Amino acid sequence: MTTLAQHTQSPVTSGADLELSGISKRFASFSAVENLDLLVPAGTFFALLGPSGCGKSTTLRMIAGLEAPSEGSILIGGQDVTALPSHRREVNTVFQSYALFPHLSVLENVAFGLKRKKDKQAIDKARTGLELVELAHLANRKPAQLSGGQQQRVALARALVNRPQVLLLDEPLGALDMKLRRQMQLELKKIQTEVGLTFIHVTHDQEEAMTMADVVAVMNGGRIEQMGPPRELYELPRTAFVANFLGKSNLMRGTVSAVTDGMLSVEVVGRTILLPAERAVQTEGDVVVGVRPEKITIDRNPVDGQNQLTGTVVDVSFTGTTTEYLVDVAQIGLIGTFTQNRGQQPAAEGDTVFLGWEAEHSFGLAGDERVDAGVES
Amino acid sequence: MSVDLRSKDELRAEKRKNRTGIFLITPGLLVLALFFALPVVILLAMSLYSKPPGAEVGEFVPGLQFSNYATVLSAYWPELLRSFWFALISTVLALLIGFPMAYLVAVRLREKTLLQGILLVLLIAPFFSSFILRTQAWKQILADEGFVAQTLKFIAILPADGHLTATPFAVVAGLTYNFLPFMVLPIYANLGRLDTRLLEASGDLYASPITSFAKITLPMSAPGVFAGTLLTFIPAAGDYVNSALLGNNRDTTMIGQVIDSRFFKIIDYPGAAALSFVLMVSILILVTIYIRRFGTEELM
Repeated sequence: MTTLAQHTQSPVTSGADLELSGISKRFASFSAVENLDLLVPAGTFFALLGPSGCGKSTTLRMIAGLEAPSEGSILIGGQDVTALPSHRREVNTVFQSYALFPHLSVLENVAFGLKRKKDKQAIDKARTGLELVELAHLANRKPAQLSGGQQQRVALARALVNRPQVLLLDEPLGALDMKLRRQMQLELKKIQTEVGLTFIHVTHDQEEAMTMADVVAVMNGGRIEQMGPPRELYELPRTAFVANFLGKSNLMRGTVSAVTDGMLSVEVVGRTILLPAERAVQTEGDVVVGVRPEKITIDRNPVDGQNQLTGTVVDVSFTGTTTEYLVDVAQIGLIGTFTQNRGQQPAAEGDTVFLGWEAEHSFGLAGDERVDAGVES
Repeated sequence: MSVDLRSKDELRAEKRKNRTGIFLITPGLLVLALFFALPVVILLAMSLYSKPPGAEVGEFVPGLQFSNYATVLSAYWPELLRSFWFALISTVLALLIGFPMAYLVAVRLREKTLLQGILLVLLIAPFFSSFILRTQAWKQILADEGFVAQTLKFIAILPADGHLTATPFAVVAGLTYNFLPFMVLPIYANLGRLDTRLLEASGDLYASPITSFAKITLPMSAPGVFAGTLLTFIPAAGDYVNSALLGNNRDTTMIGQVIDSRFFKIIDYPGAAALSFVLMVSILILVTIYIRRFGTEELM
């Protein structure tokens, strides 16, 4: 396999910073994006994650120039491109529908952008681009003669060969089956590292966002809820939406009753849950305490952990590598957790079990949050 | 020789399928045989009839008088050429006028279904009245005392003693107008399926709107344009209503008009049949060249 990096004049980082400032987009009947500020440093693999209708695709289309913002400005590499039409922006998109030109061959599709820029080596570069996505042998086929995965790679090559300052990916893996999707995720990440372009990847698949991106922004209702490296977002969500949309969370309502050495004691219907103050959005009054399922130990015998609950197993489901449990804790509700399948079977349906986790794994959210925000139904 | 690997049942099913196909195609074949193939054969035979010495008008005997062709071709080749020339001009004009119309209705108004519907009805509306009547109406429009001629004279484009009727201009205008829907409808049907996301993609790949049109919209609408040009050119080349009503002089006579008068006024059946046959074969040749050169897979 040839690497594109060998063929480029400028080394590693050829992308540019992308800055959105105060971007809003209103349509006749609704507002898709509201006052969005965003700074994506050059060479970052950035994911915009959110449910459908959260405004992520509209944001992408505004960056591409396919939609004009109602307010605000878009800067690429420090230059204001808000008023530039799409064909004059150094931005390329991998569309969800791929949008390959059916009347052109695969090679002509890939060379399309280069030819428009009057690149004399358009065909050579297009061939190199096809080698990068391992489709050089299909150069003369028409798009309709390719499989979904191959079309996706042509769409990627068609955008990449132009070496845009920013590459936009609009759910490009959505139409692929699970196995192919995983494979493409790894390839995309590899290609991005190789060519060093700024990638903006829009997706509703939280796993995809976490696997690929350096920075994830979780969008909801036209706003960014939280932004950061995937691990940080996962370990310390700041809103119930992020806690539920990015992975799963157990959220419990409570009231802060004491603060000792930076540790909050939260009363949750008669029980005390410990929560480090620096992991809480607010440190007094009503709060929502959360913990990720995998942080909880479950057993029929008392378990370790600063935070303890007991309950009755109401559901056990076997998923292969793990077994998932739903435990009904009196007055608090259902708590989800799981164990690795290493031969043991700690509990069955109807058993009374002990749940335990360390205080450092708790996180605290504002008390006025809806605990079911962002739960995927 | 390869061995057929299918079972007896499969072969029987295959046969049944073939039989159904033949059954479905039979009525169409019969109609074509009776009303197309047979008349063509009669026409061909009649084109070789001869007139015995001393025969009355309209009296002919079967024969193989190939000189009929030479006679009518030497007399009427200018009309034949003019027919193709007029048909070509009106096809090009219909394309230039019709493509933007089709594009507007099919692509630009795609979201506005009501307006789109109204415009489509307007496009088809002329079919609700007779072809002859509409052509007659054009005669009124282009008449010396009519609005168009008066205006053109006023702005001195047309000399004060100039005419619009009985000119090639009037005939070509009539042909263009009468066959315009045949150009617009196939292009409309084709552009209606144009995926506008492709235009976004081409814009995203640095193509200006004009380049996007040239590189995406136009090539993708080629099958529609191809069908439209054929549907316009073929009937226009054989048309005689426009040349008779809007022209009707030496500079505008088209071959259809000659055939008409040979058949019904001069009662020269062999001559008229020979001309009809020449017209049919020349159109066939021209269309074959056209298909070979520009044809798309969809039509071949």
